[in-house]
Amino acid sequence: MEAPFALSLRQGNALRLHDLNAAAERAGLHRGMSHADARAFCPALISRPADPAGDARFLHALARWATRWCPWVGLEAPDGLVLDVTGATHLWGGEGEMLADMRQRFARAGLTPRLGLADTRGAAWALAHTGEGVAAPGETAAALAPLPVAALRLPPEMAITAERLGLRTIGDLATLPRAALARRFGPEMMRRLDQASGALTEEISPLPEAPRFALRLTLPEPIGLAEDVMAGAERLLGVLCERLGAQDKGARVLRLTLRRVDQAASQVELRLAAPMRDARRILPLFRRGVEEADAGFGIDQLRLEALDLAPLGARQTGPGGALPQADLEDLITRIGHRIGLENILRALPADSHIPERAFQIAPAAFSTPGHGWTAPRPRPIRLFAPEPIEAAGPTPPRRFRWRRMQMTTARATGPERIAPEWWLPDDHWARGLRDYWRIETREGRRLWLYHTPQSPGWFVQGEFA
Amino acid sequence: MSELFSSVFPLKRGRVHEAHGPGATSFAAIAGGMAARDRRAPVLWLSGPWNTEGLNPLGLLRYCDPAALLMARAPDQAEMLGVMEEALRSGAVALVVAETHRPLSLTAGRRLQLAAEAGRVTGLCLVPEGMGSNAAQTRWHCAPRLADTADSTLWRWSLNKNKMGTMAAWDLRWDDTSHRIALVSEARGGAGPAGTPAAGGGALRAEPAAGQRAPAP
Repeated sequence: MEAPFALSLRQGNALRLHDLNAAAERAGLHRGMSHADARAFCPALISRPADPAGDARFLHALARWATRWCPWVGLEAPDGLVLDVTGATHLWGGEGEMLADMRQRFARAGLTPRLGLADTRGAAWALAHTGEGVAAPGETAAALAPLPVAALRLPPEMAITAERLGLRTIGDLATLPRAALARRFGPEMMRRLDQASGALTEEISPLPEAPRFALRLTLPEPIGLAEDVMAGAERLLGVLCERLGAQDKGARVLRLTLRRVDQAASQVELRLAAPMRDARRILPLFRRGVEEADAGFGIDQLRLEALDLAPLGARQTGPGGALPQADLEDLITRIGHRIGLENILRALPADSHIPERAFQIAPAAFSTPGHGWTAPRPRPIRLFAPEPIEAAGPTPPRRFRWRRMQMTTARATGPERIAPEWWLPDDHWARGLRDYWRIETREGRRLWLYHTPQSPGWFVQGEFA
Repeated sequence: MSELFSSVFPLKRGRVHEAHGPGATSFAAIAGGMAARDRRAPVLWLSGPWNTEGLNPLGLLRYCDPAALLMARAPDQAEMLGVMEEALRSGAVALVVAETHRPLSLTAGRRLQLAAEAGRVTGLCLVPEGMGSNAAQTRWHCAPRLADTADSTLWRWSLNKNKMGTMAAWDLRWDDTSHRIALVSEARGGAGPAGTPAAGGGALRAEPAAGQRAPAP
C-alpha cells in the first residue's frame, strides 16, 4: 500500500498505533503514538483495528510451515520465528541458497521477511532487526560491532541510557571493561551481550507437535472375519485411548475405516453417548457395525480416527473399577446406533407457565438431567394437540362428545386462567386467553378442557388418566 | 395392603408385563417411579411416530421423577422392540416401557422375556386393547374411575392375566403424602372367570359395568 496506513490498538483507555507502513513512518509517525495525534500529523492516515490474537495464530501457522527448511522452529514473539538451521543448510545447497529460497517462497505468499543468520540466536536477531545480513561462521563479533545497542534485545530505557552515554554500537560496549558495564547497567546487559556473542548458550524451544488421534494398521494379507477385524480394531483402539488419556480428552465420535483389497472402503462410525476413552468399553460397541460391514474379497487396512473430541478428566471409579453410569452410557450408544442418538431424549424443566412449553425435550447424550421440577397445579399426564368439542358458554358442558365417545361431566374443577406469552408469537395461542378445567366424567376419563373466552370455543388438550 | 396385590405389584422383576386401558399411562408412571427409586436407575420409555399423545413431564411428576426418565422414539415397532430387547438385556435401566401399536408375535414376546431375565430388568408394554401377547407375565387393565369425593386419582386395576397366580381387580388411589399407591378396596368379581382367553376383549366384558362401558363405535 502506498498511502500511509496503520493498525491501531486500544491500550488502557487510548487508541494507539500498533503497526504502520513505510509511508506512515515517512510522515513522521511512530509506534505507540496515540491515534488522535497521528491523525493530526497525517490527516490522510488510513487505519484499521489490530488483531493481536489473529497475528499470533498466523505466526503459529507460519512456524509450522517453516519446518520445511529445518525441523527446529521456535516462536520469537510477537512477530518473529527462530530457526535452528544447524545441519540443514546443505540440503538446500548452502546458507545463501536457503535464504534465497526462503525469500522467494515468502514473497510468493505475499510476505516480506527480514532474514538474519548468525552463529547465535542473539546475533541473528540483531541482524534481522537492523537491516538484514549473514554473519559468516566465527565472524559474529565483527558482524555485530557496527550495530546499534538496541539490537541486543535490551529494554528501550536501557538502550536509550547507553546511547546517552555515547555507547552507540555494540562494538563500543565490547571494548569497555565488563565490571564497569555490569555496575552501570546490571546483569541484563551482560546476559544479552553474552547471548549475542555466544558465551552464554540460548535454547530454541520448538512448537509442540499437535497431537493426532488417527491410526492405521496395514495388513500383509487381507482378512475377512469379523473376529479378525475386531482384533485389529482392538490394537488400534488401545493406542488411541492411551493418546487420548495423555491429553485428558475423550472421543465422542470414532470412525473405523476398513479398506478392502479392491480399494473400496467401508466406514463404521460410532457416536458415543458420552466422551469416552476406555478401550474395553468402546470395543464391544464396534461389533454391530463391523458385523454389518461388507468385507468383499478381504480387508487389508484398518484406520481408526477420533473425530469429535471433548475434554475428559480422570473420573472416580466405584468398587471393582467400574465407572458410575457406564452401563447406561453404553446402552445409549448402542440404542443410538440403532435409532440415532438424537432420538433418545430427556425432558428438562423450562421456565414458562404455558403447559406445552413448561418443559424442553433435549437429546440425552448431550444434556444432563434437569432438577427442580415443580408443578404448582395438577397437570395432565398426556398432552396432545387441542381437539375441539361442541359446547358453548363459559361453564363446562354437562355432556359432550370426544373421540366419538359420549361423556357426562360429573365434577369440574377450575377455571385456571392461562394467558398467552405475547412476547412469543405462537399460532396455537391465537385464540387468546384460556380457562382450563379439570373434568371428571361419569365414564371415568379425567380430561383437561379449556375454554377460550375471547373467541368462544371448547377444546380437550390432555388427559389425567 | 392385600397379600394378593403385594404379590403382583410391584411388577415381578426380570419379566415383561403388559398394561392396557385408558389408565395405562399412569400405571406405567407409577411402576416406573417405584422401579427407578428402588434401583437408582432410569426408566426408558419407548414410543414411535404412531403415538400422537406426548408425555407431559409435569404430569408425571406426581408419580415419578422426570429426571429419571429417558424417552426414545423408534421409527417402527420392529426397531422399537429391538431397542427394548437391548435395554432389557443390558441391565442398565430400572424399567423399560414400550408403547406398541400392533400385536406382538409369540416369538417376539418370548425374546423379550429372555432378555428381561438375562438383564434382570422389568419390561412393560402398553398395548392397545385386545393385542396382548401370550408371553406376558401379567396383563393389567387400568381405567380411571369416578370417586365419590374430590379425589382425582381413583383407578380400577384389574389383573386379567397372571402366569403365577390368580386374577383379581382392585380399586386404588395415589397417596400424595406418602407418595405411594394406596389400596382402597378389592373389587368383587373384578377379574374375568377362570379360563377366559388372554385376549383383552373378553376380560373387558367380564368387568363390572360401572365406569367400564366400552366406547360407542
